[in-house]
Amino acid sequence: MITRDGRRPVASIMLNGQEYIGLDDLAALLMLAVREDALAGGVTVTYKGRTVVAAADQPMASINGRVVTLPAPIARAGRRLLVPLDFIPRAIAPIYDSPIELRRASRLLIVGNVRVPRATIRLEAAGPPTRLTVDVVPPLAVSTAVDAGRVLVRVDADALDIATTPAGAGLIDQIRTGDQTTTIAIALNTRAGMPRTSTVTTNESTRVLVEVPIAAQQETAAPPPAPPPPTPPAPAPTSPEVPPPLLATRTAKLQTMVLDAGHGGDDTGVRGLKGTLEKQVTLDAARRLKRLVESRLGVRVVMTRDEDRAVSLDERDAIANNSKADLFLSLHANSSPSASVKGTEVYYLRLDRAGEEARRNAAATELILPVVGGVTRPIDIIPWDLAQASHVDASSRFASMLEEEFEKRVPAGPRPLQQAPMRVLSGANMPAALVEMAYLTNGEQEQRMKSDEFQNAVVEAMYGAVVRFKAYLETPPAP
Amino acid sequence: MTRTRWLQVGGIVLVFASAVWIASNVLERMVAPAPAPSATPTPAPPAASVPHIIATLYYGTPDGQALAAVKREVPLGEGPREQGRQILQSELEDPPAPYLSLIPRGTTLRAFYITDRGDAFVDLSAEASTQHPGGSTHELLTVYAIVNAVTANLTSVERVQILIDGRQADTLAGHVDLRRPFERDTVLVRETKATE
Repeated sequence: MITRDGRRPVASIMLNGQEYIGLDDLAALLMLAVREDALAGGVTVTYKGRTVVAAADQPMASINGRVVTLPAPIARAGRRLLVPLDFIPRAIAPIYDSPIELRRASRLLIVGNVRVPRATIRLEAAGPPTRLTVDVVPPLAVSTAVDAGRVLVRVDADALDIATTPAGAGLIDQIRTGDQTTTIAIALNTRAGMPRTSTVTTNESTRVLVEVPIAAQQETAAPPPAPPPPTPPAPAPTSPEVPPPLLATRTAKLQTMVLDAGHGGDDTGVRGLKGTLEKQVTLDAARRLKRLVESRLGVRVVMTRDEDRAVSLDERDAIANNSKADLFLSLHANSSPSASVKGTEVYYLRLDRAGEEARRNAAATELILPVVGGVTRPIDIIPWDLAQASHVDASSRFASMLEEEFEKRVPAGPRPLQQAPMRVLSGANMPAALVEMAYLTNGEQEQRMKSDEFQNAVVEAMYGAVVRFKAYLETPPAP
Repeated sequence: MTRTRWLQVGGIVLVFASAVWIASNVLERMVAPAPAPSATPTPAPPAASVPHIIATLYYGTPDGQALAAVKREVPLGEGPREQGRQILQSELEDPPAPYLSLIPRGTTLRAFYITDRGDAFVDLSAEASTQHPGGSTHELLTVYAIVNAVTANLTSVERVQILIDGRQADTLAGHVDLRRPFERDTVLVRETKATE
């Protein structure tokens, strides 16, 4: 129950519904001097010249003359003196020279400046694929490793504060914590394929996402290469009886998507060593992807630009929002100060504090507005430039799908999946992601970016992710 | 016998040495009143004797994939605002080898100020944007090199807003949102190892 130079168990005793701890144990651990006052019947606890006097029969203690209340008076068990658990934070902590924190829920007493982040493990979906998330608050460096049928999530901390560990489900047999105090071991089922992990850090937390697919052969949800026959592009942004949902609910459909070819006009974007321009590469790729999505998937595709012209970032969002698009994908090519960096990277929006607030408030400030036909529709009030706030979860899912599809076909960048405050994503009122297809500052990638083979690989990957996201949107949520 | 002799000699030498040391120290202080950490707001002379602080500045790692936190000497500034200015001036200079520059050359610091709420404003010249090579990843590294250089060294600063040419800007090169202030973020920072 106590950590400092490690973890030490301390016995506690239940008495009359109160949890007590032996004062002798406490004194030994915290190096306190305890003296019983035979006359008054109280106890004096001294630490480095500071004292606490606990009364014998009253639920209170006096710290340098200041009185604090306790849930119960000191108790006696044979020769031992017992103090209620709250004696530690209320009476000892004020006289102690390093911080003492009592975390009741996780039964931890934390002494000194040790990093003991709270880790919340959640089994999101039994799947397959089986998805599990680990949220570490406050954010800390987390490393993941796959070893002998296990995924190890290691947190750079002194210990972990884990309230509950869920039981295994789907392709995860068991989740174990505590073998080593900073590692969570996730044991996989024999049917499990190669697990995939991604780590995303925000100002509040570090989130590790572990996704376990079923082993190789039958990945049932794989995109069928023969999709429904190409339907003509949906008529117009007006679909009379079903108003497009503003929130990313799982009953949504993927009818319209917006492809945003980055940069354009005077804004050339990244310029490769051999003169390849980002604005041209993004437009080429967007056009290819548009053809593929429209013909194979029957989804209407709106382009934010279909020629070499400058379009402001706000205008790009406005086009997406006005088209009532269900998905937004911005295409870019990357740059690095070092010519050696290469690979594909996917971004989705990271909210700052204002964004997080907007997200939380969205539900609270929801307005029920009457719409045509005598029905009502809930409308979230959210600052328009933070429109993305209510879609971040869906966006993260789309971004992971993109990253996975890329990984099958093209080299991955140093940080294949990232969360960042991207301007063009923040105003999109729909799930949205941004793809940096390749590094034009890398000679080899600049060359390959011009080849049909590479372009097709990149476009196929994005198409694959759109197919999967469509399936995800249109599948009712698992019970 | 000889041992006691040695001990005696040693003792004498020791006493003598410490006497010399103390005397020289005292003399030194008396003769040359060392450059008292100038508490007066005199403009720091551009000599080698300018008082310095050790600040953490941020550059691209040699492989271009992350931010490197590099300790460097920065002229001492009077108060957080002046100190921030000095730190940013140094941050805008070319990095020491083997680190990579993330801020376009020619970028100058137009102004730096801190509000009472702990928001710092870093006003950069237009080159920061017009000369930026672009790319989401490159832009993120640039932004966080600046934000972290300010927040890592000035404890009074909670958030940093980047302005271009005195005005709020959308982005540097079309990606990272500059309309809102940033908090310190060390996700992109990689501990620099000797074997790199």
